[in-house]
Amino acid sequence: MELYLYLALFSPLVGSLFAGLFGASPRTKIAGVVPSLLLLLSFVSSTVLLIYILSGGEKVHVEMMTWMATGDLYIPFGFVVDQVSVTMMMVVTLVSTVVHFYSIGYMDHDKGFNRFFSYLSAFVFSMMILIMSDNFAGLFIGWEGVGLCSWLLIGFWYHKESATWAANEAFIMNRIADLGMLIGIFLVYWNTGSLQYDHVFATVGALDKEVLTWMGIFLFIGAMGKSAQFPLHTWLADAMEGPTPVSALIHAATMVTAGVYLVVRANPLYDLIPNVGLFIASLGAFVALFAASMALVNRDMKRIIAYSTLSQLGYMFVAAGLGAYWVALFHLMAHAFFKALLFLGAGNVMHAMHNELDPFKMGGLRKVMKGTFIMMTLASVALAGIYPFAGFFSKDLILEVGFVEHHYIIYTVLLFTAGLTAFYSFRLVALIFHGEERYKLFGIHPHEAYKFMLVAMSPLLLLAIIAGSFKMTYFEMVTAVLPATEYHVHSTIAYWIMTIGTQLFVILAIAFAYKKYANNKVKVPDGTSKMENRLCYKILSNQYYIPYIYEEYLVKPYRELSTVFWKQVDMKVVDATVDGIAGIIYAGGEKTRVMQSGNLSTMLKWMVAGTIGLLSFAVVFGLAVRYSGEIKTILSGLGV
Amino acid sequence: MEIGLNHYLVLSTLLFAIGLIGVMRRKNLLLLFFATEILLNSVNIAFAAISHYYGDLTGQLFVFFVIAIAASEVAVGLGLLIVWHKRHGNIDLDHMSTMKG
Repeated sequence: MELYLYLALFSPLVGSLFAGLFGASPRTKIAGVVPSLLLLLSFVSSTVLLIYILSGGEKVHVEMMTWMATGDLYIPFGFVVDQVSVTMMMVVTLVSTVVHFYSIGYMDHDKGFNRFFSYLSAFVFSMMILIMSDNFAGLFIGWEGVGLCSWLLIGFWYHKESATWAANEAFIMNRIADLGMLIGIFLVYWNTGSLQYDHVFATVGALDKEVLTWMGIFLFIGAMGKSAQFPLHTWLADAMEGPTPVSALIHAATMVTAGVYLVVRANPLYDLIPNVGLFIASLGAFVALFAASMALVNRDMKRIIAYSTLSQLGYMFVAAGLGAYWVALFHLMAHAFFKALLFLGAGNVMHAMHNELDPFKMGGLRKVMKGTFIMMTLASVALAGIYPFAGFFSKDLILEVGFVEHHYIIYTVLLFTAGLTAFYSFRLVALIFHGEERYKLFGIHPHEAYKFMLVAMSPLLLLAIIAGSFKMTYFEMVTAVLPATEYHVHSTIAYWIMTIGTQLFVILAIAFAYKKYANNKVKVPDGTSKMENRLCYKILSNQYYIPYIYEEYLVKPYRELSTVFWKQVDMKVVDATVDGIAGIIYAGGEKTRVMQSGNLSTMLKWMVAGTIGLLSFAVVFGLAVRYSGEIKTILSGLGV
Repeated sequence: MEIGLNHYLVLSTLLFAIGLIGVMRRKNLLLLFFATEILLNSVNIAFAAISHYYGDLTGQLFVFFVIAIAASEVAVGLGLLIVWHKRHGNIDLDHMSTMKG
């Protein structure tokens, strides 16, 4: 099994290096095909490992080599494949294989084709390290690795000012959160003396409650940054500047779920601190509603899906915070499938519409893009959580968790958000695919994407439909390492009322979205309609003015402070000191070079002066040595 | 008043000072040589006086050496001086600045 582990882990790296070889050369198909095939290999290896684990095999734990061994500190490059990490491996390798094959078509005309595949495979490698590491240090390497690749890929079109800005924003926000994460890891090492998961989680129960709380909080701050939870959420929507396959892979399916994975992985820790867990759940519920509300009015196709991702991450954190780790992981898996599918569909639409992102300028595309239309509609159905699609099983389960654990406020918020989710998803679908063909006004001739891109997307479609039926198999598998709490509403009638009620509510929301946006009366908004001038619309479409507040009250004061420090401290103190030293030496040389006049008489004078100087030096020192005793008594008399 | 070691040493010091000032102030190469001779001989006086004071002949022997070497130095120096004078028509120190940096 070790062989498969190494194959799964290192084939993306090989793919990345291979594509990197062609980094400077013009676009070649091979730089895209080889990494994709290597990822397929990684996916197959992960499947073998999954089958092995499913058939009751022991977890695979290897120590590749020692990384650090100094004193008591021992950190190996160790990798573990257990029930949790194999689930993540399947999600990551499957989605990234699909996205790789899809990108061969999507990036077809891009100059940076080879570079793109190098970055994308490097991302998968980092992600695999993150989920397969058996200690916090390895997790942190992967964590930073995915952050770096995310930066590279958001800013992939680096000639666009907005893309580089978004890349930097994502990177800086993640760095802020990573500081919290690092402090958390330090606390773990400090208190347990190890970073190995096995050892840490075995000893964590004996620790002081207060220490555990701090550990939990700081680790969660790291998770908040990666998973874009409030108040560090602004980067995710801006990250949509990157190519769409990147949004599908990194900013929907894999990297942003790393925070959820961390909380799931650290479940023995979070089980001991239910207060922090409740905070996580409350924040998750808040973000779910908050993000969904912003998606309601947004006019950028990719941003709507990004807010939807944010909202679904909130759901996952609710489950993880309430101790239903397996539910969180299950929703993570299901969400990865339909959200990646939704993004790839959006990519097709973008291609067809020549990078137009405003769904109001589309409409009626179902006639020309049948395949994409079906896929995006089904993905939206799955996202909305209609039976029997994947979202129904995972999302309703989270609602049930909230209900069974008696957190009725969280339950209500999530239920309401489920309605919003259905509404904005189908608002998007209706605007893009139904109604009048508004794109004709802009002189665009849309066309369907390549056949093989649609074929590449089909595994995701299949899983978005059937992933729910794996629920019990999955439950039996992961509960070997995660707490096996089943969440069932006790009374059967209440259960049916809840389920049918939720379904009806969601279907009503969908119907409302269709009624409002699928007709022929939809116009391209020009800022004059009554709705657009309402206060709440303005607040929502400006994302609660949070980016504005950050810019105005954090970025600008910081920039001014930096300017002050630059001009006052750096220029006037640091630079002045260094320049001053150089200036003194330079001026000294300038002054003393006059001595070298070449005039014999002057030189003789200097020689005499030097002799006298050295002689008086010798005399003073000689006297000082001879009378050192007396000098000491005089000095001590003075009180020195 | 008997003439003792101190008198010789004071004389030697005075001569040395005169010689030193001469070395610094003179612009004429010939007079510079005079000044160096005064320096050397002031030291010779000190050597001889101290040698006599201690009853040790080493100092006086040293004086002979100094005289001999000073003589040869002056011989070489004067030779160079004459050549210089033939070439440049003066022996002014301020003109000897070919080594100016």
